[in-house]
Amino acid sequence: MSRRLLPAATLLGLLCLWELVVRGAQLPAYTLPAPSLVAKTLWNNFPSLAASWWFTLKITVGALTLACTGGVLIAAAFALFPTLEVALLPVAVILQVTPIVAIAPLILIYVDSTTAALLLCAWIVAFFPILANTLVGLRAADRNLTDLFRLYRATSTQRLRLLLTPTALPYFLAGLKIAGGLSLIGSVTAEMVAGAAGRQTGLASRILEASFRTETPKMFAALSLLVFTGVIIFLLSNALSRRLLGRWHASEQY
Amino acid sequence: MAPSGLSVSLDNVSVRFATGVLALHETTLSIGAGEFVSLLGPSGCGKSTVLRLLSGLESASSGSVHAPALDGAGANTDTAFVFQEPTLMPWASVFDNVWLPLRLAGQSRASVAPMVTAILMQVGLAEFHDAFPSELSGGMKMRASIARALVTSPRLLLMDEPFAALDEVTRMRLGADLLHWWAERRMSTIFVTHSIFEAAFLSQRVFVMSARPGHIVHEMHIDEPSPRDPAFRLTSRYQAVCRELSAKLEHAQ
Repeated sequence: MSRRLLPAATLLGLLCLWELVVRGAQLPAYTLPAPSLVAKTLWNNFPSLAASWWFTLKITVGALTLACTGGVLIAAAFALFPTLEVALLPVAVILQVTPIVAIAPLILIYVDSTTAALLLCAWIVAFFPILANTLVGLRAADRNLTDLFRLYRATSTQRLRLLLTPTALPYFLAGLKIAGGLSLIGSVTAEMVAGAAGRQTGLASRILEASFRTETPKMFAALSLLVFTGVIIFLLSNALSRRLLGRWHASEQY
Repeated sequence: MAPSGLSVSLDNVSVRFATGVLALHETTLSIGAGEFVSLLGPSGCGKSTVLRLLSGLESASSGSVHAPALDGAGANTDTAFVFQEPTLMPWASVFDNVWLPLRLAGQSRASVAPMVTAILMQVGLAEFHDAFPSELSGGMKMRASIARALVTSPRLLLMDEPFAALDEVTRMRLGADLLHWWAERRMSTIFVTHSIFEAAFLSQRVFVMSARPGHIVHEMHIDEPSPRDPAFRLTSRYQAVCRELSAKLEHAQ
């Protein structure tokens, strides 16, 4: 019980402290709005913010889905054909180490549709942890179990389904936890770079737009929706991991 | 009635690993149908290599190997292997682990359920068929591992120091149980061990092996009726066997 209560109490305490500091020091709202004002702004602007939220959410979830599929498929291809890994891993590493803010402008030039460009940016940020983790997982099969499958003449499909997939699952889920956060970061970053260029805009553009007008409470309102989204993604991936690994994997048995 | 054991043999077999190490040197041995044989020796003497050869997991650099695992394609139900570690799938229940060899041979969960349940009862894991390996003790994990090996009614059972990581009490109990399961089925059994006492208690015949390179230095028949009662451990005959094996082993190093 205290596992849930303690973090909730801490958060609530911090919000109260924030509210008290703002009121006590009589800080102007354009410097630091109180949480109550942020909540009010969020409530008043909710219809328009919700549309932007939906847009950001679509990009984030889309990028994460593509990162999972792409990461797993590429990892499987690398595991099956080691030559492919030797040839292509440098490319994956280059994609991973290049700061997304630096290449986002280029991608926006080359890709016509803004939505597709944003998806691509978020995908580039999110897919690597899934690829790297799944690749390690696919190679982590117990030596003796591998021998046992050989002894019983398992087909490659049986080996993939009954040995490699369950072995790689905890590794993949660890990658998913990282990629979930990264896909949100990727989509917001890309949108920051794209600015209000597209006709549809997400929360990042709303933050930029509000900052130009010094509407600090609105910036915080949009930001709070982003934080909420990130937390939900984190909780969902944790729940998924717990559900799939809870009974047998050491990482979920605390 | 379970199918009878198979005879297997190595004929002048040498194995050199890719690293250049000569793991086994011109070794000849044959095991009769239904026999219980131990390979006794220090680590690195090629005991495990013999098992890997007979199971087809390793191939000979020279000489010839006669074993069922090497013939034919399709599902293998003749040869079973028990490793030193229980080697269970941590994500699967005890039942699913024992089902594995039959599952790989294409048999459905429903069709094998009576067989798996019977074998689990025999090894003393009847109430644990839904448990996960992490919930079992070391001895119970090894029992599950042996159940998985026995479920196909193998005609050749290869065991690679299966009790080495267990405590003394568990090891003695499992040894006695193993003899019991063997007596019921009479599959040919090759038991690798570095314990003189284990080899002396379990086997009808013991091959003493020596390292660098691995080869057989001595072969000893233990003409005591089998399966043996735990009381055999208290007889002077058993002590004499242990003494002789100990001397041969010392000589071998």
